[in-house]
Amino acid sequence: MIDFHVNRAGSVPAYAQLVQQVREALRLGLLHPGDKLPTVREVVTSCTVNAATVLKAYRELELSGLVEARQGAGTYVSGTLGGTADPAVMTELRGRLATWVGDARTAGLEDDDMRALMTSVLAEPPGELTAEQRAGASAQPRSDTGARP
Amino acid sequence: MSEVAIETRGLGKRYRRLWALRDFSVSLPANKVVALVGANGAGKSTLMSMAAGILPASQGEIHVDGRVVLLSQDKPLYRTFSVAEMLAFGRHLNRTWDQQRALTWLSRFDIPLDRPCGKLSGGQQTQVAMAVALGARPAVLLLDEPLANLDPVARREVTGELLAEVADSGMTVVLSTHVVAELAGVGDHLLLLSHGRSRLDGDVEELLAQHARLTGPRAAAPPVEGEILQAQHTERQSAFVIRTLLGADTPLAEPWKAQPLTLEDLVLAYLKPHRSLGEEL
Repeated sequence: MIDFHVNRAGSVPAYAQLVQQVREALRLGLLHPGDKLPTVREVVTSCTVNAATVLKAYRELELSGLVEARQGAGTYVSGTLGGTADPAVMTELRGRLATWVGDARTAGLEDDDMRALMTSVLAEPPGELTAEQRAGASAQPRSDTGARP
Repeated sequence: MSEVAIETRGLGKRYRRLWALRDFSVSLPANKVVALVGANGAGKSTLMSMAAGILPASQGEIHVDGRVVLLSQDKPLYRTFSVAEMLAFGRHLNRTWDQQRALTWLSRFDIPLDRPCGKLSGGQQTQVAMAVALGARPAVLLLDEPLANLDPVARREVTGELLAEVADSGMTVVLSTHVVAELAGVGDHLLLLSHGRSRLDGDVEELLAQHARLTGPRAAAPPVEGEILQAQHTERQSAFVIRTLLGADTPLAEPWKAQPLTLEDLVLAYLKPHRSLGEEL
């Protein structure tokens, strides 16, 4: 079950925050197809937002095919996002990122610095090698030179 | 059920020579939470009292669809009555009475039924007044800053439960408050009063989509057409809060940037007097 929270200080509308949190939970594998979303009433009382806000968020998720409303039974997750990766791979990637964030904090970076760094790396042209490819590439010349008499 | 909860036409209220409300025509939607904001003396309480039928209008008309209950800051409780007796009193005064609804509200907030109202804390008294108001099954519930003496946590909780009641019952709530920051996501509809007139009236989402803060190099006027609500200038930069059709989606020439407003920004932009441009410009 997802726990929504609404931040009133920012300029992102409340309904958009709810949509974003569902999408994020789908990306992180915290929500799976078949999971039930909280009822409108539950979100209304827990987040102190009006019913129209929750309904608007759920309608938008429904239109993008991520959830479906079952008559009288509630709203259920029906789609997935990005998460075609194996859950084990996701866990491993997350772990490595957590280590990286720890290193960055030790180096004195703040959250915004890290986001900026992430954005700049993501903006780099694709075609960068993965860690395995890089290891393979650096091992290649050495075996070459070694093979020469 | 009708689409309109409260409708006024040319409504006015005069206290001796002072108009508390004048030429006031609005149409407030049903089954919504209407946030009523304005400076002190803007006419909020006058409007609510007229909607509740306890204050006659000096001119014009006001029509409320269905039963209306007004809950103001001074709660109508008898100090010697126990909470249970207060409910019995409510049942006696109202032709329609929902005892279960009142009891559910009280038990949700752990209010002891046998305690005299005078011995309850200010926050608990608010809950009793709220239970009596809900027991009367109003179609329109007018709340004139009744949550002012609750702590922030309790205020959130009560607002949440109130919103759930709106969702369940199709009730309309008109909520006047000074705590504008807490209105985000709560109010569906905004009515902003200024000097006895309606200054801004509309669906919150639509209003937010029609406003923006534009920032860019120092300039006497913003780069697009629109009503200027605020203008601020530093040595190199200018910032304008404007009302314009496309809001933060307005296409702008570099290096101007448009940002959306929060509900609080929006309300404050209208409440603060228009800041005129510096004379040096």
